[in-house]
Amino acid sequence: MSDNDKNFENLVGPSASLRMMHSLKHGASRRDILKMLVAGGMQATLAGSLASTALSAYAQTPRRGGRIRVGGDTSAVTDTLDPAKQSNKTDYCRSTMLYNGLTSLDGTLTPQPALAESFSTKDAKIWVFKLRKGVVFHDGKALTPADVVFSLMRHKDPATASKAKTLADQISSVKASGPNEVTITLDAPNADLPVIVGTFHFHIVKDGTTDFNAGIGTGPYKLKEFKPGVRSLVVRNDAYWKPGKPYLDEIEFIGIGDESARVNALLSGGIDLAASLNPRSIERVKGTPGYSIFTTQSGAYSDLIMRKDLGPGANADFALAMKYLFDREQMKKTIALDHAVIANDQPIDPTNRFYFAGLPQRQFDLDKAKFYLQKSGVSGKIPVVASPAAMYSVDIALVLQQSAQRIGLDLDVKRMPAEGYWSNHWLNSPIGFGTVNPRPSADVLLTQFFQSDATWNESRWKNPKFDQLLLNARAEIDFNKRKQMYADMQTMISQEAGIGIPMFLASVDGHASKLKGLAPIPLGGLMGYSFAENVWLDA
Amino acid sequence: MNVAILKLLGQRLFTALLSLLAVSVVVFAITSVLPGDAAQEQLGQDATPQALTALRAQMGLDIPAPTRYVHWLSGIVRGDLGTSSTTQMPVSELVASRLPNSLLLAAVTALFSVPIALAFGIASAMWKDSWFDRIASAGSVAVVSVPEFLVATLAVLIFAVKLHWLPALSYATDIESLGQMLKAFAMPVFSLCCVIIALMMRMTRAAVIDQLEAPYIEMVSLKGASPMRTVLVHALPNAVGPIANAIALSLSYLLGGVIIIETIFNYPGIAKLMVDGVSQRDMPLVQSCAMIFCVGYLLLVTLADVCGILANPRLRHC
Repeated sequence: MSDNDKNFENLVGPSASLRMMHSLKHGASRRDILKMLVAGGMQATLAGSLASTALSAYAQTPRRGGRIRVGGDTSAVTDTLDPAKQSNKTDYCRSTMLYNGLTSLDGTLTPQPALAESFSTKDAKIWVFKLRKGVVFHDGKALTPADVVFSLMRHKDPATASKAKTLADQISSVKASGPNEVTITLDAPNADLPVIVGTFHFHIVKDGTTDFNAGIGTGPYKLKEFKPGVRSLVVRNDAYWKPGKPYLDEIEFIGIGDESARVNALLSGGIDLAASLNPRSIERVKGTPGYSIFTTQSGAYSDLIMRKDLGPGANADFALAMKYLFDREQMKKTIALDHAVIANDQPIDPTNRFYFAGLPQRQFDLDKAKFYLQKSGVSGKIPVVASPAAMYSVDIALVLQQSAQRIGLDLDVKRMPAEGYWSNHWLNSPIGFGTVNPRPSADVLLTQFFQSDATWNESRWKNPKFDQLLLNARAEIDFNKRKQMYADMQTMISQEAGIGIPMFLASVDGHASKLKGLAPIPLGGLMGYSFAENVWLDA
Repeated sequence: MNVAILKLLGQRLFTALLSLLAVSVVVFAITSVLPGDAAQEQLGQDATPQALTALRAQMGLDIPAPTRYVHWLSGIVRGDLGTSSTTQMPVSELVASRLPNSLLLAAVTALFSVPIALAFGIASAMWKDSWFDRIASAGSVAVVSVPEFLVATLAVLIFAVKLHWLPALSYATDIESLGQMLKAFAMPVFSLCCVIIALMMRMTRAAVIDQLEAPYIEMVSLKGASPMRTVLVHALPNAVGPIANAIALSLSYLLGGVIIIETIFNYPGIAKLMVDGVSQRDMPLVQSCAMIFCVGYLLLVTLADVCGILANPRLRHC
């Protein structure tokens, strides 16, 4: 893949880029592409340069055939093929090989049609999904509305023990409303329903399935072997509904828990794609001819939590002083080794379609920090709890401690073991650290972590105006109005919440350079875990 | 079979049961003291009080620990290893998927290490204080003092990453020929041999030298037996006891102590299963693995003692 191609996909996301490639194939001109981009909400100048990129990127076409081995970063006997029970990255990767959702999320986490050809709503409460015709499961059975009803409704049954039960609980009914149509009714309006049904847990299985170990889905690959904790083997599904896809004949997927073993396996040619590299291994992979890295910038972050209900965080000036103490540039450079982007104390990252770019960046400012610290009147030794369980939090705390010393603030960094950190310290310590993994939508993230009565409202920041705005945004189907609401919420969090977010972390994978077609989807590494149908091997 | 062996087996069976009971109590107690339980580990960041209570009830963790222990014990007496609390799969199934791998690795390692160790040990004893003995002894001390993770990591870097001669991952189900198997096992077996050969060799050497200094060997030499015959026919049978014990100790290490090798080569053995079990606080799984290691150890040591008795006529009649 050329650099241009990658830039292009970075900017518009793989699905949008595919749509454009498709149009190009049918003789679209630069002007047509320009129109498509502008229609997609892109600025005209940016669209202009993108249209040229798209034209040059089209030069390389995927090649069919070949077999790859992929090393995921976890592997346990808990591995499952039941979409409802999936709990980690390797489960998600297998799931996207075997199954599809009604929608899929692209590079900006915008839902794109998948098993649903189209979806529409008038009030964000009643949704109509038109199913794609001619889709068949791996055993030859055609996809019907009954399969969709079963796949979605089973999450509500407590006996399923679905990991997505709380998300599914807002669905009041799913009904077949035509031979190729389902209607989903929600308890309350949610404009993000197409995002939710695009997540891995809501992948579509066959009506009435009880044993999921056969892995029968509509996905790009068919299951050949599945040994939990050891490996899985999939082969090309020739009847796949996306024309021309998938490209590979076979994928062997193994879990290699030890990071250095994974890197060694990659560099010795044992695997072609290795998930989650440690920043320290990146130079080693880049320095070996024939191997490259693949960076996915996502919304993952580790945050400083200052509780508003007890301890020094109750004083708003103290919280503000701490936020000015973040030497974000240094943290990005020395801790994440530049595989991160600087954040602004609010949780929506730049890859998200609702990111508010207009919020002024809070700078590292010792004078302001000192001013607010004195205003707050807080003094003495302040304990700060960090742990390897919260990614990079110990390093962040130490950098913070050094900055604090310069304004005469004594931070006492308490390093806790990873075991039991989440239940014993996170949410309990007056000042501590948390880690938040990428969520599929801004709404899910803000509801889980910032709504006043959320269980995980880390800093106990309560603002009725924010809660109202969150509900309104969820029900709003006009994109621009919605974006403005999310912008307001981001501003409120950055200014008022007891949360300091220094940077958004990137996930880095390593791969053999002959493996092509990778483009970031900010749900996580390995193309948001859906690399399988998009990659191909160069001759 | 004779009385001495039967008596030994009887005693061993009794002490084995006692040790197993003691080990299970200790392992249970230690895992209970570890911070966090299976429910907390599985939920991680998602551990809300409601979710914790629900999952604990589902896993049976709401029952007091002593009662759980008694349940588990009564199960194992009936031959039921229990159900893993994290995966809800029978522990016997989990163990059955890993134990053969561990046994295979141990067997291949033993196949190479035992003959090499014995040959070098006996040769060193025969040519005591010669140049050969000194080099072999110094070499074995040097090799045993290098930690196995260093040996394994260096081997991977050199033979897999730089030279591309051997695969970095030793587990692949598509092993079709003996050559492929040798290639896949070369590095893990080499790393493990480094650790255990030295120990067995030094024990063999010491045991044989001990015998060679006994008066009866002098008699044998006076009668005109060749040095080879002296060592192999007269000294060695008397040294079999300690040698067999050294071998047994090394082999029991191969069963459960090879977690580092399993991790570096991503080999799905039972040691890794147990470590996963500990990190997930999966009590039934940890308990069963501990029992298996304990049984394996006792079995090997008993076997070593039986070998010692069979090889040494004097021990048969006491």
